[in-house]
Amino acid sequence: MDSFLKSGKLGTSIGDKTSQLNNEGVKKKKSVPWVEKYRPRTVSDIVEQTEAVHVLEQCIAGADLPNLLFYGPPGTGKTSTILAAARQLFGDMYRDRILELNASDERGIQVIRDKVKTFAQLTASAVRHDGKSCPPFKVIILDEADSLTNAAQAALRRTMEKESKTTRFCLICNYVSRIIEPLTSRCTKFQFKPLDESKILERLKLICQEEKLQVNDEVLNVLVKTSGGDMRRATTCLQSCSVLKGKDATVSMHDVYEITGVVPDQWVTDYISVCKENIYSKLEEFIESFILEAYTAAQFLKQVNEVIVNTDEFTDKRKAVIGEKLGTVSYRLQDGGSEYIQLLDLGCAIMIEYSKKT
Amino acid sequence: MSLWVDKYRPKDLSKLDYHKDQAENLKKLTQRGDFPHLLVYGPSGAGKKTRIMCILKDLYGPGVERLRMEQLNFTTPSKKKLEIMTVSSNYHIEINPSDVGIYDRVVVMDLIKNVAQTQQLDVNGQREFKVIVLTDVDDLSKDAQHALRRTMEKYIANCRLILSANSTSRLTPAIRSRCLGIRVSAPTITEIVTILQGVCKREGLNLPTELAQRIAEKSNRNLRRAILMCEACKVEQYPFSANQNIAEPDWLLFIRAIARKISQEQSINTLASVRGDLYELIIHGIPNTIIFQTLVSELVKNCDITLKATIISQAALFEHRLQHGNKAIFHLEAFVAKYMYLYKKFLEDTIGDAF
Repeated sequence: MDSFLKSGKLGTSIGDKTSQLNNEGVKKKKSVPWVEKYRPRTVSDIVEQTEAVHVLEQCIAGADLPNLLFYGPPGTGKTSTILAAARQLFGDMYRDRILELNASDERGIQVIRDKVKTFAQLTASAVRHDGKSCPPFKVIILDEADSLTNAAQAALRRTMEKESKTTRFCLICNYVSRIIEPLTSRCTKFQFKPLDESKILERLKLICQEEKLQVNDEVLNVLVKTSGGDMRRATTCLQSCSVLKGKDATVSMHDVYEITGVVPDQWVTDYISVCKENIYSKLEEFIESFILEAYTAAQFLKQVNEVIVNTDEFTDKRKAVIGEKLGTVSYRLQDGGSEYIQLLDLGCAIMIEYSKKT
Repeated sequence: MSLWVDKYRPKDLSKLDYHKDQAENLKKLTQRGDFPHLLVYGPSGAGKKTRIMCILKDLYGPGVERLRMEQLNFTTPSKKKLEIMTVSSNYHIEINPSDVGIYDRVVVMDLIKNVAQTQQLDVNGQREFKVIVLTDVDDLSKDAQHALRRTMEKYIANCRLILSANSTSRLTPAIRSRCLGIRVSAPTITEIVTILQGVCKREGLNLPTELAQRIAEKSNRNLRRAILMCEACKVEQYPFSANQNIAEPDWLLFIRAIARKISQEQSINTLASVRGDLYELIIHGIPNTIIFQTLVSELVKNCDITLKATIISQAALFEHRLQHGNKAIFHLEAFVAKYMYLYKKFLEDTIGDAF
């Protein structure tokens, strides 16, 4: 259990916490996030990502491990896969054989030069403490490698080759295009696809069963839909629902929407129809009340986009114009623009497209 | 004597006037051992702070109401000294990191680390964690948000964060996904009316329904503003009459005057005098976004629909730039100048068409 928890993405922090947990007894143990609790423990537990699983299974059976590069959207099991593999490869020595770097906090060339290089230069023996054999190398996991600076990536190049006798690298990133070419060519690439909805549903049902949570299928389906193939998000949402509603209560559709921050569909359709009416004052009024309801504009844009893309009311060219505006507005919002003015801007753009048509 | 706003602020989750279901859920949340990080978001005057204080009281009992102000000092890596005000009790500490501008990252890292590394003093206390309340997190820089993200994970054993923001658009998804979001929407007009009447009743005053209704509508569904307005009305004239004058905020009138000036005459002279007015507003500490927003909504009122769309898209552009730059006046003025140009051109075109 200890080593398992230690493995979490949270790195050392979880380790500290675990030791406290054990000292202070059962009460605190509850607060382990479900994401950690239900992380797959063996490589064969991992669903969907067949290629990567296949390679790792062979490696566990005795073959050599190449340098790995996992890429794909969040919540598809990239970190879980390599951690599970490492656990199976190294057993108890797991802690000594792994260096996990979460690139978002310690990036930069200095870290690569000091930490990674020193770790890579250590030698690893081919036998465990208990006499069993184990692969004679260490694994360095660079999580969120796409936020490494280019200089840091360049510094990795030579290290990767020079220490290949004793060290394997595993780079994990969301966008493979942000990794420099020389690095990608040194690794075996695996794409992680978003999970199938049925697979997520299965897993969520299992969690509900384990946690004795009363959730009906309809609600679970909504959770799965909003997650968009992101297992972590679905699990976290489920946990938040259960925390908010208390132990025995049932989780309703409404709660799920509230927690995932999804704007009710009514608002989206209203927005479009207000734009259709081509009356500016109504649009203004609508946006004012929308902001007072404190829904998230970023999420709203996502849903509007969905509607616009799927509607039959516009020609493709018009959709493109609106899509461009959506992009600009979304960027400005993230960058600190005021929700009121940006949403107005988008509304006006849609309005114009509507009025052009008639 | 305190203001009505503070005097009648609900102190307990069960005494909240609206969003009762949510209050019940929050109550359940505080009673469980695993309290998550919270992100409370909603427009101003919707009752975010009230809810946070209620949650704290539910967690720790009346001890959290003994507040003290403290001035903390920091040194940035570049040896610059910073000071920041904090409000704290034995159990929690409240800060607004965006007070120190671009150095908010240092505050986030230093302060939270300091608080988190010390265990709760009171061993017999019912909670083993402290709470850090961060206000206005939507103004945090991206760096600070990244730093926060890591700190949130690292020290979850001894401290919990309660973040309060006006909108979650500016928060990175990483932070959002680590918190349990609590949406606090603004109270409806009827809810405000009931609350206003409740407050007046407890003050021993008689408030006509029409007046309450009018105040509620003028307040723009901002409860704090509504209660302040109501108190101002009482100072002005009591007993109340249904059609008495409700004092509007000065800055609102002032911006309206500016807008009128701009649409009357589009020339260099107006631009120069508008500059003076805008400076006046900025000096009096009206937030830039509010100036911009009000100005835009006033200016577009007397435009044709196609012109409106152009102006709004220009406004969106300038507003975005305003967030990036550090001199608000340039962007405000640029927008005014652009508006004048567009408006004048539009007028000339329509007149040209008429002949």
